[in-house]
Amino acid sequence: MHWLGRPFTERSTQLFLGVLLAALTLVTILHVAVPQGHPLHVSAYTVNLLGKYLSYALLAVAVDLIWGYLGILSLGHGAFFALGGYAMGMYLMRQIGDRGVYGHPELPDFMVFLNWDSLPWYWTGFDMAWFAFIMVLLAPGLLALVFGFLAFRSRVTGVYLSIITQALTFALMLAFFRNEMGFGGNNGLTDFRDILGFSLRSDATRLGLFIATGVALAVGYVLCRAIVSSKLGRVCVATRDAEARTRFIGYRVERFQLFVFVVSAMLAGLAGALYVPQVGIINPSEFSPVFSIEIVLWVALGGRATLYGAVIGAILVNYAKTVFTGVMPDAWLFALGAMFVLVTVFLPKGVAGLLAYRVRRRKHRGEDDESPTPRGKEVSA
Amino acid sequence: MNFLRSLADRDRVFDFLVPAASPVDVRHGPILYLEDVTVSFDGFKAINDLNLTIDDGELRCIIGPNGAGKTTMMDIITGKTRPDAGKVWFGSRHDLLTMNEPEIASLGIGRKFQKPTVFEALTLFENLELAMAADKRILPTLTARMTPAIRDRIEEVLETIGLAELRLRPAGILSHGQKQWLEIGMLLMQRPRLLLVDEPVAGMTEQEMERTAELLTGLAGKQSVVVVEHDMGFVRSIARKVTVLHQGSVLAEGSMDQVSNDPKVVEVYLGADAEEEVA
Repeated sequence: MHWLGRPFTERSTQLFLGVLLAALTLVTILHVAVPQGHPLHVSAYTVNLLGKYLSYALLAVAVDLIWGYLGILSLGHGAFFALGGYAMGMYLMRQIGDRGVYGHPELPDFMVFLNWDSLPWYWTGFDMAWFAFIMVLLAPGLLALVFGFLAFRSRVTGVYLSIITQALTFALMLAFFRNEMGFGGNNGLTDFRDILGFSLRSDATRLGLFIATGVALAVGYVLCRAIVSSKLGRVCVATRDAEARTRFIGYRVERFQLFVFVVSAMLAGLAGALYVPQVGIINPSEFSPVFSIEIVLWVALGGRATLYGAVIGAILVNYAKTVFTGVMPDAWLFALGAMFVLVTVFLPKGVAGLLAYRVRRRKHRGEDDESPTPRGKEVSA
Repeated sequence: MNFLRSLADRDRVFDFLVPAASPVDVRHGPILYLEDVTVSFDGFKAINDLNLTIDDGELRCIIGPNGAGKTTMMDIITGKTRPDAGKVWFGSRHDLLTMNEPEIASLGIGRKFQKPTVFEALTLFENLELAMAADKRILPTLTARMTPAIRDRIEEVLETIGLAELRLRPAGILSHGQKQWLEIGMLLMQRPRLLLVDEPVAGMTEQEMERTAELLTGLAGKQSVVVVEHDMGFVRSIARKVTVLHQGSVLAEGSMDQVSNDPKVVEVYLGADAEEEVA
């Protein structure tokens, strides 16, 4: 497993994990130890909001893995996110037990309302946490495996793949809107009470979910970093830039694409599963094509093929969204559009590109101060 | 009785037991042997009774006017095109007509196409690493380690192609000529026995051509190299033996001087240029 350890030796990963750990600790301290009413106190609402941002950040990392490094522009990653969310939602629904509005010992409220007399077969097992948590990864992973197998085997790439991923998420949205599907129709799954025995309404559980999301982001980040810094990651970049050539030197490109696509879908599912208990609802709108396109915008704004750029982009855009929709709800889409245009024109490599540029410039300047060697002549290490 | 004894002989290896990936047998001299090869596309004979023998370690140049069948010949050797008739042997053990493209590539026949394609976002070192002969399935690739032996091999090839100083720069910054060398390096990483090089100096400057000539002549001896080229000056500078193709068969073969003085060759290919040159 030496390849999993490789990221820990890299500066950027150490820095990322350090910043993430510091942020998690700081928020926890400011929430728990600083009394309410104090200007530095972080409210439970904010903790919850930050937890939501972190789950979006994990989703963005998953998209960056396949778009940034493999060049597959998936405009349907919301589908995997939502599937993970639904798996978690089904578990949370079963945890309600007889505390629902209708007080049925087994059936969720919406099934009672539809006059169903027993659970559909695919709801079995979701009362057990371990089963549900496995399905959180398995359901999106399986969909990605089947979909990706068909797409990559037929060498569907580029804009055509983007279009069929949009179609995929749109089709799933229409399906999940239907009451007969047994996933709560357009209301989705909601009214959750507790998770693993902890009440979802208590501040402590919210803090716990926030930290769990932070840890999941760290694990997902390290996994993706391990993949992209391995030889497999270099095969991905080679595929992105010259697919035919990569095939010619002996790599079965479609298998590499499928592998990374499935990993990415599972990470997106995990993000969805952490998102749902924090927002308290999952409904078919998460499958909407617009949401999937928004994810791609986060990654583009933050900077492709850096992983940390995706995290920065997801948090920045969603923070801006929270602020904007509070102040001027109608202007949000214009603001998002303007941000996207400005970043594409002035920061083609996103926010991460700007950061890397500044670091490089500072390093160059430092070198100049220390040694009077002439610049311009490239010295290779 | 002798037959029975031969069956019991422990040193004997039956042909069907020899794995397809067994080493190339060049004890008889030639590494590549084409006999009476014919290919036609819709009635047009692109290759017509072609006979060609390349010795182990030889550097051979193949020239000929457009449509002489140079590229088709390369396609036949690499398994991309099947001939209608004839024999194609690699060494005296491998019948290339029974093998497909990846099998032929893994036997050690590397081909460089005209247009260089390198992985521009990766460094030169990484380009060579990916091209190296290795287990190319997913998990072995994910868990692959950089061993000293691999590093040495990559450094050796970097030295050979003369780009060692740029090893950690992305391949995108290379000039056209340097990309051609890197691509030859990527072929060398697969440890080929036979290199097929298609128009290596197209679009190169004088200095780059000289450098390429040095590189290719340096490779000969360790590998067999077949170069298809239009540029007569370049062919003159590297070739010990030249084969002239015309209408799908060999028109003349010999040293550059012999060939360029051959009246048939002067007529069909070298034309007015060569007459000036010879005169």
